[in-house]
Amino acid sequence: MPTKTAMSLDQARPADVRRLPLLSLRDVTKSFFGVMVLHGVSFDLQAGEVVGLVGQNGSGKSTTMNILGGVHQRDSGEIVIGGTHYKPRVPRDAEDAGIAFIQQELNIFANLSVEENLLMGRFPQLGKWLPVISFGRLRERARQLLAAVDLNVSPQASASTLSPGERQLVEIAKALSLNAKIIIFDEPTTSLTSRESERLFALIERLRYQGIGIIYISHLLADVMRLADQIVVLRDGQVVWRGPKVTITVDNLVTAMVGRSIETLFPSRSRRGTTGPTVLEVERVSQPGVVRNVSFSVAEGEIVGIAGLMGSGRTELARILFGLDPFESGRVVVTGRPFVKPEPRACIAGGMAFLTEDRRQEGLMMDGSVAANLELAALPEHVRGISSRIQDRGLRQRMLALKEQLDIKSRDLWVTPVRTLSGGNQQKVVIGKWLLRQPKLFILDEPTRGLDVGAKEEVNKAIAQLADAGTAVLMISSELEELMGMCDRVVVMNRGELGRIIERSAFEREAIVKAAIWKGIGT
Amino acid sequence: MTGSPAHARRLTRFFQLLPAIFFTVLVAGFSVMSSRFFSLQNFTNILLQAAHLAVMAVGMTFVLLVAGVDLSVGATMYIVAVTLALYLSASPTWICLLIAIAIGVAFGSVNAFFVVKLRVAPFIVTLATLFVGRGVGLYLSDTRMVLAGPAVSGFAHESLLGVPAPVFLEAASLAAAFVLLRLTPFGRSVYAIGGDREGARKVGINVEKVTFAVYCLCGAFAAIGGFISLSQAAAAPSTFGEHKEFLVIAAAVLGGTSLFGGHGGLLGPVFGAILIQTVQNGLVMIDADPYIYPLITAAIIFIAVLVDSLRASAIARLERRRIRVEEEETVEAVAST
Repeated sequence: MPTKTAMSLDQARPADVRRLPLLSLRDVTKSFFGVMVLHGVSFDLQAGEVVGLVGQNGSGKSTTMNILGGVHQRDSGEIVIGGTHYKPRVPRDAEDAGIAFIQQELNIFANLSVEENLLMGRFPQLGKWLPVISFGRLRERARQLLAAVDLNVSPQASASTLSPGERQLVEIAKALSLNAKIIIFDEPTTSLTSRESERLFALIERLRYQGIGIIYISHLLADVMRLADQIVVLRDGQVVWRGPKVTITVDNLVTAMVGRSIETLFPSRSRRGTTGPTVLEVERVSQPGVVRNVSFSVAEGEIVGIAGLMGSGRTELARILFGLDPFESGRVVVTGRPFVKPEPRACIAGGMAFLTEDRRQEGLMMDGSVAANLELAALPEHVRGISSRIQDRGLRQRMLALKEQLDIKSRDLWVTPVRTLSGGNQQKVVIGKWLLRQPKLFILDEPTRGLDVGAKEEVNKAIAQLADAGTAVLMISSELEELMGMCDRVVVMNRGELGRIIERSAFEREAIVKAAIWKGIGT
Repeated sequence: MTGSPAHARRLTRFFQLLPAIFFTVLVAGFSVMSSRFFSLQNFTNILLQAAHLAVMAVGMTFVLLVAGVDLSVGATMYIVAVTLALYLSASPTWICLLIAIAIGVAFGSVNAFFVVKLRVAPFIVTLATLFVGRGVGLYLSDTRMVLAGPAVSGFAHESLLGVPAPVFLEAASLAAAFVLLRLTPFGRSVYAIGGDREGARKVGINVEKVTFAVYCLCGAFAAIGGFISLSQAAAAPSTFGEHKEFLVIAAAVLGGTSLFGGHGGLLGPVFGAILIQTVQNGLVMIDADPYIYPLITAAIIFIAVLVDSLRASAIARLERRRIRVEEEETVEAVAST
């Protein structure tokens, strides 16, 4: 319904006033491996206009931008830039078409100087046939560019001495040097101080007056509301709302972003509500630059979820809790014993288990057999004395039982390499590996990412079983549905701080999203 | 305070100074232990002896800057020596030098082909070509010692404006490397590739082409090193250039070039080469047991690599991405710069 209002507004404008858009997307679609991620995205960008693009993780923002940037190719649909058909094959094509990206991960060479960063790949030379850099012209050009973004640093300064905000300005100056007509900002303020953000916003205003079209992608809705002229909301690869900023409120934006998606089934839990003694207690844990004052607890048989945007510190917190990264102040108590010297070995010995975000890189030996992977964490228990002969029989029995329990589909546990299993079964192997140790606390980072619906359900079932057996579970997920379906409590992280703790009875999508994206919590 | 950017910055500065401190301590130590060590004559000697190592370390720097490595430089030296001694003993000096460089480039391009086109790890490729190179050299020489022709061996004794020819060649090589690395777009892209390979590709640098050229350059510099060394020794036994790769890498790394790519200069490796040569010279001067030479060399390599990884982790700490912005901290960082 909101989309209709926007359309009618558009049509209400007299035809002669409507300018040719700088950039126009029409019904752009894209599928990855048969899964459609963009279902016909359409929107326009006028010269001198800021379009705010918002949506949750996985809503299709990045895919849309990658298609614009020539990183991915669209399956169908039409993109027009300044009246001409546009189909980039490589990032260079986007650059030639006048599109510049200011990514969240800045593309700055910290080992080079500012001026070299600005003009890398396009150095002025002494002569056409004399490939020697003209340092005079380089410095001159760098000065102009730095002045254009109002950055007062020496062109010869090493880029490593710049703050994140200054690096970003260098990146913008680079875009200007390429005569970009369209600049796309992807979460530009995440690593900026509030003063640097203000400076960025002022610069964006200036660029706008120069007739540059800007696409501003951010989770911080307050910023989007402040900067954008038009807002486009994506959800599940579709534009669910688009129109002028003045026609929508922040609350309605959140509603549009969140929406309702297909009901997924979550396993029932036998122990829900009957919690045992506290297993994990986190008290005011801080590490400068990573997390601040995080406190919460997880009890036996309980599933606690950590919600938050990517980069909000969820994974970093999990790594700290498992002793992989240090923390400066605060206290972590596991089964009554405080962490003295946090390191993974001690954590495992203390009954903790950790399922990493990236099972391919960190969690599994892909060429090993299922059994070789399963036994890994439990081996020390099955070794007797210094002869170190592995007591095989008990382990064998337990692994077979585990295969049944988790329903791991492999022909022969001792032969089938993990690589040949499906994603869901691989994940079950990782979970099973830790189950053999009967952990008291299990930390799971994105346990169902990249799995199809059926596999997700099975993995979630395994997690629920774990909790029912008395394990305390701490689960990180980008999928709100999943957290709400699985957890007894959700803690929401926002910029490294704990935004809110929400009990199951008070679960509400909007409340969680708001806590995750609200700027200025606790400051 | 540990882990803060200011701390990490101080730490990197300390590591930059470490080899210089090391050098001062060595010179002082050797001077006390041997009266012959601290003399102009001996220092000139050290500079002459270090010439080939310095040239090779400069070539190695290019490879290390793109986060690669070349273990075959010693083998390149040997092939050059064998070829010059066996087939070009009657040719004039400049022809010998040109052919030596051509051999080096050819050898480097074989390394480059496997590294760039077939994407084999540089360590493995150059380990293989190390044995291939030495094997070819031994085959050609029948494992016998080869003698340099008069044109090549005479080169070491010539001088221009009072500068011995080997030092002159060293300076010329260094100047060429300086122009390439400091003044041309090519040199800047070498740093960019070492700093962030993907990023370099994104800004339109032809990463494959530059990497290819870098291995050829390293081969050429190794060949020049072989030429200098052969002319000074006038003869090359079957062990000529053996294990040189480790000294060359140690010289570059002691001179501040990172094994992880992207960081390093040219004067540093030259200094590193002089440092290593000083140690070897000093050991002779104090009449040390020859059997402890390898132990000392091993210690130097170990120190070089240790310093490099400590330095790299300090740099990594400086460049780590942060999730939340601590306002106080940025204020402090601004104040300290």
